[in-house]
Amino acid sequence: MNAQHEEPVTMDQDYNFAYLDEQTKRMIRRAILKGLAIPGYQVPFASREMPMPYGWGTGGVQVSAAVMTRDDKFKVIDQGADDTTNAVSIRSFFQRVAGVATTTRTADATIVQTRHRIPEQDLVEGQILVYQVPIPEPLRFLEPRESETRKMHSLEEYGLMHVKLYEDISRHGHIATAYSYPVKVEGRYVMDPSPIPKFDNPKLGDCAAIQLFGAGREQRIYALPPYTNAVSLDFEDHPFEASKADHPCGLCDAQNSYLDEVIIDDAGGRMFVCSDTDFCTMRQADGHKGKDAA
Amino acid sequence: MYVAVKGGEQAIENAHTWLAEERRGDVTVPELSVAQIREQMALAVNRVMAEGSLFDPDLAALAIKQSRGDLIEAIFLIRAYRTTLPRFGVSAPIDTETMACDRRISATFKDVPGGQILGPTFDYTHRLIDFKLAADGEVDAVPERPADHTTMPRVADFLNREGLIEEAPQVDTEPRDLTREPLEMPADRALRLQALARADEGFTLSLAYSTQRGYARNHAFVGELRIGTVDVQMDIPELGFAIDIGEITVTECESVNQFTGSKTEPPQFTRGYGLVFGQTERKAISMALVDRAMRWEELGEDNVGAPVQDAEFVLYHADNIQATGFLEHIKLPHYVDFQSELELVRKLRRDVHRAQSQEAAE
Repeated sequence: MNAQHEEPVTMDQDYNFAYLDEQTKRMIRRAILKGLAIPGYQVPFASREMPMPYGWGTGGVQVSAAVMTRDDKFKVIDQGADDTTNAVSIRSFFQRVAGVATTTRTADATIVQTRHRIPEQDLVEGQILVYQVPIPEPLRFLEPRESETRKMHSLEEYGLMHVKLYEDISRHGHIATAYSYPVKVEGRYVMDPSPIPKFDNPKLGDCAAIQLFGAGREQRIYALPPYTNAVSLDFEDHPFEASKADHPCGLCDAQNSYLDEVIIDDAGGRMFVCSDTDFCTMRQADGHKGKDAA
Repeated sequence: MYVAVKGGEQAIENAHTWLAEERRGDVTVPELSVAQIREQMALAVNRVMAEGSLFDPDLAALAIKQSRGDLIEAIFLIRAYRTTLPRFGVSAPIDTETMACDRRISATFKDVPGGQILGPTFDYTHRLIDFKLAADGEVDAVPERPADHTTMPRVADFLNREGLIEEAPQVDTEPRDLTREPLEMPADRALRLQALARADEGFTLSLAYSTQRGYARNHAFVGELRIGTVDVQMDIPELGFAIDIGEITVTECESVNQFTGSKTEPPQFTRGYGLVFGQTERKAISMALVDRAMRWEELGEDNVGAPVQDAEFVLYHADNIQATGFLEHIKLPHYVDFQSELELVRKLRRDVHRAQSQEAAE
């Protein structure tokens, strides 16, 4: 990414602002409001076919389209990076169909659409974080039937989930879930935070920004309003632990950011760098230097 | 080095340019026109319209051209375009009894009023590569006769006169719309049929085939298969009556299935139903068989645990756009999650090694 800010490009006049027609946006906004009213509850919505494939973030794209205004500043990350292929593709989609200004700076963005990460920098009031969600149902891998899992949620029947976590501990000594780690929201609904690494889980709760989750193929929207309580499931004697690679960032020397492991030569040499490219770039600009920095 | 993991806008742009070049192929070979695809690849066009849920042969042909002949990709283009179309209203139900049939056959009777009309079918061709076609695509003149605009009676109605077949269940409630409401279970028959009409042909075919081979076996006869054009009518509020707004080609199949009776129903034949855009008879027949198998509950049959009896399983996995999207999304970067798995596996291995060396020491 060269430019930190990109000027709004001219909007494609063949489509309504942000692609979806106003009735569809209205339908999605209603689902979002319902989601905000019942934090962690999965609201069914009539997901539309979007011009990117299911699995590429159609849920997040529809949520972003529904909340976007002309004055927004839009940031898209995938794996924490602004320049991964799909982030580039979604950003250019909204430049084209909404003519909206984009940015790579977390602090400057009003809407951040993300896949698999929560930005390192704390979000603030007024910002919206939109998650792309592949499988919204935290109980799905325990029970494949939607008709059953909806019942389990309504009865608050989460015993199966605790048994699964307990079995992990008895078999491996640890809970063997490294990402999509379930949280309980306001003591009621168990929620899948999307496939973020469990390192990011503590940032879900008590967040100043609005967090919206969109699952297009599965036709579900759910939400965490600002300052919502979201607790990662655990046991008293096996408390939740947000883990990451035990290294500092090789480029900016950050001690507590989530790291990507990059293989750098045929001999299997590797370096560890921040997955959040904006966070890393800003730190380097501030003069922080890791051991692998040029 | 770090640059190696960057996708980058330039790379995407280059990939698209290359894709466009590959689509065109050898430029010394004349380019395909949309009209050529529409006229000469009509069955591909039909499938794209059917599974794309949009009747527009020109648009479907264009989508096939754009997708380099990948029909699921073409269906996807049509579906995404469909999203942007405003909905002006809803047509009246089409009346297939008034269909101008190109083809109409019944396998349950030697002859039926209205006659057996074979129409343009591969059924009796020998599947021998026609090498002449490589050089010369000229065709012989086809004998014609004037159309008789009489209604074509339904074969199932003849059986119905004796009460040998169940009445087609009449439901006057407005069906739910799969494309405007989220799919929720349990799904009634109208919704199941809607989903099947746009379901992947291959998936529907295999499910139907599984019922023939014994997974919820229900021997089906093709009571009637008809292909032709029907008028589409719409009520215009300003006029106060319905007018024809166009005509579409559809394939309709009614299967007649053996039924020995259950606790609730007497022995009689039962029906399965398929209706698909265009000439798409493999799909329409498959749909009828799957429809019939999914009616087990309503007819008081046993659930033998066959995949096709599980409506939730069938409906959640029949849409090829959903399926291919989710399947292919695993090509997208997943290195953040993979990293967390790496850490976990390393940790678990450390624990195992520690335990083993401790054991050895003891």
